Amino acid sequence: MALEKPYKDIPGTTIFDADQSRLGYHLNQFCMSLMKAANRERFKAGERAYLDEWPMTEEQKQAVLARDLNRCIALGGNIYFLAKIGATDGKSFQQMAGSMTGMSEAAYRDMMINGGRSVEGNRYIGEDGDAQAHRQPQGKKD
Amino acid sequence: MAKITASVYTSHVPAIGAAIDTGKTTDPYWVPLFKGYEPSKSWMEASKPDVIFLVYNDHATAFSLDIIPTFAIGCAAEFKPADEGYGPRPVPTVIGHPELAAHIAQSVIQDDFDLTIVNKMDVDHGLTVPLNLLCGSPDAWPCPVIPFAVNVVQYPVPSGRRCYNLGQAIRKAIESYDEPLKVQIWGTGGMSHQLQGPRAGLINREWDNAWLDTLISDPDAAASVPHIDYVREAGSEGIELVMWLIARGAMDDVAGGPPPKLAHRFYHVPASNTGVGHLILENQ
Repeated sequence: MALEKPYKDIPGTTIFDADQSRLGYHLNQFCMSLMKAANRERFKAGERAYLDEWPMTEEQKQAVLARDLNRCIALGGNIYFLAKIGATDGKSFQQMAGSMTGMSEAAYRDMMINGGRSVEGNRYIGEDGDAQAHRQPQGKKD
Repeated sequence: MAKITASVYTSHVPAIGAAIDTGKTTDPYWVPLFKGYEPSKSWMEASKPDVIFLVYNDHATAFSLDIIPTFAIGCAAEFKPADEGYGPRPVPTVIGHPELAAHIAQSVIQDDFDLTIVNKMDVDHGLTVPLNLLCGSPDAWPCPVIPFAVNVVQYPVPSGRRCYNLGQAIRKAIESYDEPLKVQIWGTGGMSHQLQGPRAGLINREWDNAWLDTLISDPDAAASVPHIDYVREAGSEGIELVMWLIARGAMDDVAGGPPPKLAHRFYHVPASNTGVGHLILENQ
């Protein structure tokens, strides 16, 4: 019997549950390895070779190389683990979070200073808020 | 006997730690945030506890996906600040209280809460940022701290009700400890924030403040809020707020005593991606 997952109807949001964790185990453990300074250096010196030491899928490796955090999350990554890649790249948490919206760094920072993203229209898939699929990527020119 | 004197609640945003570590606390961006904690520092000076029981979550620091404990109590003599990828924070080593921690573990596990006992662990910003906010940046933290880590990274995380009931068991444990220690219990994390996906940056000031009202005056109702409400209304990482219910459940009024006194309340948006909330409740 399938277990209840009431969080599947929230737009722009992937809940890191036991199924996602299973998919992303090696991806996230690769990220965890970047907690050690020596590993960060080795990764920076040859990203592809370092990734090939991990039993990750090719899709996961490509998502890491492209720094496509939304793709990493879809493939089982968790933001607290993926943040280790950002730390290795010298990025702040705000830069990482902003990168998943399609907004420029300045536009995302301004949104936060002005009180953050509104929940209106962003509670359920099918509403018209800025996190809905039909409005991605954000910040694009009309 | 030991006694819980007060509970403290605060967000634990890593960027707050970075602002402290890099001397940016007087930047216009950060001034309103740190101003909101000035009364808290004075309060802390005047109400110094013997031990802090500090509920927080580990952010893929001490616990990878190899082992994911739902509730972990730190029983070690000391806990070092972790390297979270930017190098360890330049803050003091956290001194534990192994005797009280072991007593709490013994009592709470016998009350049917299956804690994981941790005898070796580094602590991340989730624990050290709240200490900075209440204690400033001293050479040594003012008292021993018992770290209590809750899994809020992988779903399902414990329910608000479970956390609230656990707080009651922790209170019973602390108040059965023979030494006359003054203990504070802190609940950290939250408030509204989402760090992932196209919905990143979500903040819900109205929901956060309504939740604070409920936590203060009707904690049983706050404990009834289901996971999905936190995620939908306060963002995927807003779920961290369940940790506040552990501290709230440990207060006198929940065990039939008088309502707590609200010593301080503060709310500010933003700290990086997060709505920051802060309360101090004193037992009367």
